[in-house]
Amino acid sequence: MTAQTATQTAPAYLSVNNVEVIYDHVILVLKGVSLDVPEGKIVALLGANGAGKSTTLKSISTLLKGERGEVTKGSIAFRGERVDQLTPNELVKKGMVQVMEGRHCFGHLTVEENLLTGAYTRSLSRGELKESLERVYHYFPRLKTRRTSQSGYTSGGEQQMTAIGRALMAKPTMILLDEPSMGLAPQIVEEIFEIVRDLNQREKVSFLLAEQNTMVALRYADFGYILENGRVVMEGDAKELASNEDVKEFYLGLSSGGRKSFRDVKHYRRRKRWLA
Amino acid sequence: MQFFLEVLLGGLLSGVMYALVALGYVLIYKASGVFNFAQGAMVFFAALTTAGLVDAGLSLWLAAPLTMVAMVALGLLTEKIVLRPLVAQHEITLFMATIGLTFFVEGLAQAIWGANVRSLDLGIEDVPLEWLLENANIAISQFDLVASGIAAALVTMLAIFFSKTKIGRALRAVADDHQAALSIGIPLQHIWGIVWGVAGFVALVAGLLWGSRNGVQFALTFVALKALPVLILGGFTSVPGAIVGGLIIGASEKLAEVYLGPLVGGGIEGWFPYVLALLFLLVRPEGLFGEKIIRRI
Repeated sequence: MTAQTATQTAPAYLSVNNVEVIYDHVILVLKGVSLDVPEGKIVALLGANGAGKSTTLKSISTLLKGERGEVTKGSIAFRGERVDQLTPNELVKKGMVQVMEGRHCFGHLTVEENLLTGAYTRSLSRGELKESLERVYHYFPRLKTRRTSQSGYTSGGEQQMTAIGRALMAKPTMILLDEPSMGLAPQIVEEIFEIVRDLNQREKVSFLLAEQNTMVALRYADFGYILENGRVVMEGDAKELASNEDVKEFYLGLSSGGRKSFRDVKHYRRRKRWLA
Repeated sequence: MQFFLEVLLGGLLSGVMYALVALGYVLIYKASGVFNFAQGAMVFFAALTTAGLVDAGLSLWLAAPLTMVAMVALGLLTEKIVLRPLVAQHEITLFMATIGLTFFVEGLAQAIWGANVRSLDLGIEDVPLEWLLENANIAISQFDLVASGIAAALVTMLAIFFSKTKIGRALRAVADDHQAALSIGIPLQHIWGIVWGVAGFVALVAGLLWGSRNGVQFALTFVALKALPVLILGGFTSVPGAIVGGLIIGASEKLAEVYLGPLVGGGIEGWFPYVLALLFLLVRPEGLFGEKIIRRI
């Protein structure tokens, strides 16, 4: 596969190896997921509801512990270092931040206060803090006009921007973005993805984004992985995935040859990793 | 009129004392969403420990800081042993845990220092302020005035802390959404440790003032119950709310006792605040200054 060669030539900035996650000691959610994010790229993690996208992101950001989930197998390396035993605080200091699904702004704090909390892990002078704020406002001019509003009262799109902006305040080199399109109007989704691309190109921030909106995600991403039932069933260059007949059929709702029988559906299994 | 003023002022000042206790609840609730039922027990523990140390021959200036150390240690241990294992559990689970903690702390205090009533002398006399008595013929306790001054200073400090400092902002962030706070690298344990430490400090101040006024005894824990209507009025999440709530409760219970009391045979001071709080709940459940419950539809 071409994605394979591409990931091999670029050093893996973030690499997830055969990770297995169990919730509440009994529910097996991830059954050995492996993926790589090369430096400076946008990688999309696709799949239906419950496929394990969010769990994958949370296992990377070590936020699982608060939800009674546990990584029971496999390893995660960020910039060549094992990070699966770190606390979220240490990870953020290393430059990796997660923007959670459903935005999770601090509703009673103003938009600006939300952003300021994002810089918690950095010790900044007043001037530097202001500079960081301006940087975020540069990407999200809309937040500047709303800076004194309590974020609980801002629109869904503005909350998503606040959440991403807040993550940016930590000056990350890698952002895990969970379902940025959730509940937003198509136009706003487009706007947010444009900003993601902008951040990626200008600030060299790498992204791993989990999305149900396959069409949009593949348009902005460099690579894609498709998860099904806690396993990676397909991976590849974003453009190739978008033109793949099966992806079109199952995830994009586009079909070339009329209706097909369920019996003919191929089941994808990527043997290489989970047998290794 | 003079009498009315005297009752009102006396009530307001005693309200400040309630507010001091209420502050401790607000702090922990604000930062961790836990309603710490044990705050009253912590007040009692602080007062008893200071009184015990003073009785053992230490000066107040040594006993108070020592107690402070003990309070912070108690707070940190509580966070570590009781609350940390319960992280991500339901609010009611945490609440039950703090009820358990209440009895433990009360028992611990008495196990160490005994159950006798002790007196605590802060060196401030509980006598009417002469100047006011002579010029306006109003009797206002000097002690109450000093207590209010201390409370005012404490509240100003806390208000600035919450709105202007990095840690304060982080505390509010944690109160709003644990998971999100964690995701941007705010270390929850660290933050909760700080909160419990500060709450311990507030409990110490309240304990010293109440203890010196009423004597250090088990009944101090009941004072904490008076903080509940204060919280309902002022809002569980607001530091200024705790103060305003305290003032309203203090003034209204004294006024009610003096003016309404005779009509029903007296003794309404004890329950009037609760009725007031109940009525208030119907009108404004989040309290005067509490954070509005934000719901997007």
